[in-house]
Amino acid sequence: MPAGTLYRGREGMWSWVAHRVTGVLIFFFLFVHVLDTALVRVSPQDYDKVVATYKNPVVNLMEYGLVAAILFHALNGLRVIAVDFWSKGPKYQRQMLWSVVGIWVVLMAGAFYPVLQHSLHDLFGS
Amino acid sequence: MSAETHNPVDAADAADGGVTPFGPDNPAPFIEPPRARTKRTPRATRTNFEMYGWLFMRLSGIVLVVLVLGHLLIQLVLDGGVSKIGFAFVAGRWANPFWQLWDLAMLWLAMLHGANGLRTVINDYAERDVTRTWLKWLLYAATVFTVLLGTLVIFTFDPNIQ
Ligand code: HEM
Ligand code: HEM
Repeated sequence: MPAGTLYRGREGMWSWVAHRVTGVLIFFFLFVHVLDTALVRVSPQDYDKVVATYKNPVVNLMEYGLVAAILFHALNGLRVIAVDFWSKGPKYQRQMLWSVVGIWVVLMAGAFYPVLQHSLHDLFGS
Repeated sequence: MSAETHNPVDAADAADGGVTPFGPDNPAPFIEPPRARTKRTPRATRTNFEMYGWLFMRLSGIVLVVLVLGHLLIQLVLDGGVSKIGFAFVAGRWANPFWQLWDLAMLWLAMLHGANGLRTVINDYAERDVTRTWLKWLLYAATVFTVLLGTLVIFTFDPNIQ
């Protein structure tokens, strides 16, 4: 722990932490993702073999997690932009944070079946 | 109390009492404000790099909302979700210059946005100079490599590779 971490912010600090963690996570995913996509230049068989891992139910669940990270980062990023550029942004930053959380929950609930349907069918039959 | 004890009242008296050597006839030497530009300051000590970085994070963020969420919708939700992805699917998509351009813009914007964000994170946590320098060069190398590889793959894609 670096020295002097006594600061305990409120929601704003946690949204900043979550924005940072999701941003770093997406970057590392993207790095691997460009590498796996590059296999289309090696051979169709190699590409299909690696992409098959994306269809494994456990990895499918991680994709749902990636969607969660991106949706939060995107919505909260728009909130940060509104705080910086909209004259009333700083005043409504808390209300906007709870709107971000609300929209995120709704979108995640809506994405559950579409993203995981093929695993659900594989695991529980159709 | 010893006689040496510093007494602030004495100092104040000295300032008021005309004991100071400075006055209208003997002005105190002029001290440059610490950040003023002088003749000896090198020309380009500071740029607006950080401001442009800040602006880029916001502009690219807005564009990325459309590009990345659209990409995820196509890849994970529409038309059977991930189960449809394979070489043939990619060949079909990159036959269309619109999607080539989409992926190219997404590649460059997301990589530069993410790399600039990670630069901030490294600056925040890597406190030793050597560690920070090395981590940043590693980041820059990985970023240049990934952007070039991704660009090459989009432009040299060959549906009849076999
Ligand atoms: C698990 C979710 C994802 C899947 C299944 C997926 C799938 C794919 C596929 C099949 C391609 C090949 C080209 C195409 O069809 O457009 C591709 C390319 C690409 N994807 Fe994704 N993607 C996912 C998430 C993401 C995310 C979150 C990002 C950005 C942060 C991203 C950025 C890219 C880029 C930049 C390319 C072009 C790669 C290149 O230039 O070689 N993808 N993706
Ligand atoms: C989907 C649309 C996106 C939006 C609206 C967005 C928005 C933003 C904004 C406004 C910031 C600056 C935050 C600040 O200065 O406090 C930021 C930081 C960041 N973003 Fe994004 N972003 C998006 C996508 C991405 C993607 C795809 C990646 C990864 C490749 C990423 C990685 C990062 C990182 C690592 C940071 C630095 C976080 C920090 O300094 O705490 N973002 N994002």
